[in-house]
Amino acid sequence: MFETIQSVPLNHYILFCSLIFTIGVIGVLTRRNVIVIMMSIELMLNSVNLLLVVFSVFFGDASGQVFVFFVMALAAAEVAVGLAIIMMVYRNTRSIDIDILNRLRW
Amino acid sequence: MTVFYFVAFLSLFFAVMTIISKNPVHSVLYLVVTFFTFSIHYILLNAQFLAVVNFIIYMGAIMVLFLFVLMLLNMNEDSEPLKSIFVKAMGVIAGMCFIIILAASFKVLQTSPPLEIINPEIGLVGNLGKVLFKEFLLPFEISSILLLTAMVGAVLLGKKDKKKA
Repeated sequence: MFETIQSVPLNHYILFCSLIFTIGVIGVLTRRNVIVIMMSIELMLNSVNLLLVVFSVFFGDASGQVFVFFVMALAAAEVAVGLAIIMMVYRNTRSIDIDILNRLRW
Repeated sequence: MTVFYFVAFLSLFFAVMTIISKNPVHSVLYLVVTFFTFSIHYILLNAQFLAVVNFIIYMGAIMVLFLFVLMLLNMNEDSEPLKSIFVKAMGVIAGMCFIIILAASFKVLQTSPPLEIINPEIGLVGNLGKVLFKEFLLPFEISSILLLTAMVGAVLLGKKDKKKA
């Protein structure tokens, strides 16, 4: 298995993670469903996680992988609170369209 | 080498399917497949602990949470009002500008060393556990407080309002 990965250039990994991150950004910008927006945020978090692991392996330093572990704990907390907020928004507005929540708009 | 490109293609394909599919349940299922391909990436990098943790936390816990919320909101059909085509085009153009800037900045670096696994034992459970419980003991304990806070907050937010109900 080590031989299969050895010849992949580092730049391809960076480009791949940036592409996944960009897909997440486009998802946040173009969708109106709050749950799909949260899934796009998860996609962005995961691309960053993969890049951290790639650099951790590249430099032979285990700290990067420990950091990914903390990012995963943070993502779990974020999803729990975010989905609870979505439930409350749905209970008050009967919709999960973010464009309804425009009372703070100038 | 070809394994990486094949799995990367699959990840990109399913990530795009996640954000363009109209039905939110299909979106969640595509996202599960995307996270599975990420687990394969971790295994290819010999980060076995993170592959398993990714499998359990993301595909097991977080995605089930998403599916439960979709079920509670009863959103299995397409109920999303469409954004105007102008806003969609603007979002895609902004994303493309972002990736072009990133790619250009990587081009400037001009170096692309091949990724070699220097120390194949780095991602194993024993090694990571030693690092986690020696150097990162305080952040590890603090993250437990973070999770407790998130749990309390989720329960508090999810409770029914007594004045209304």
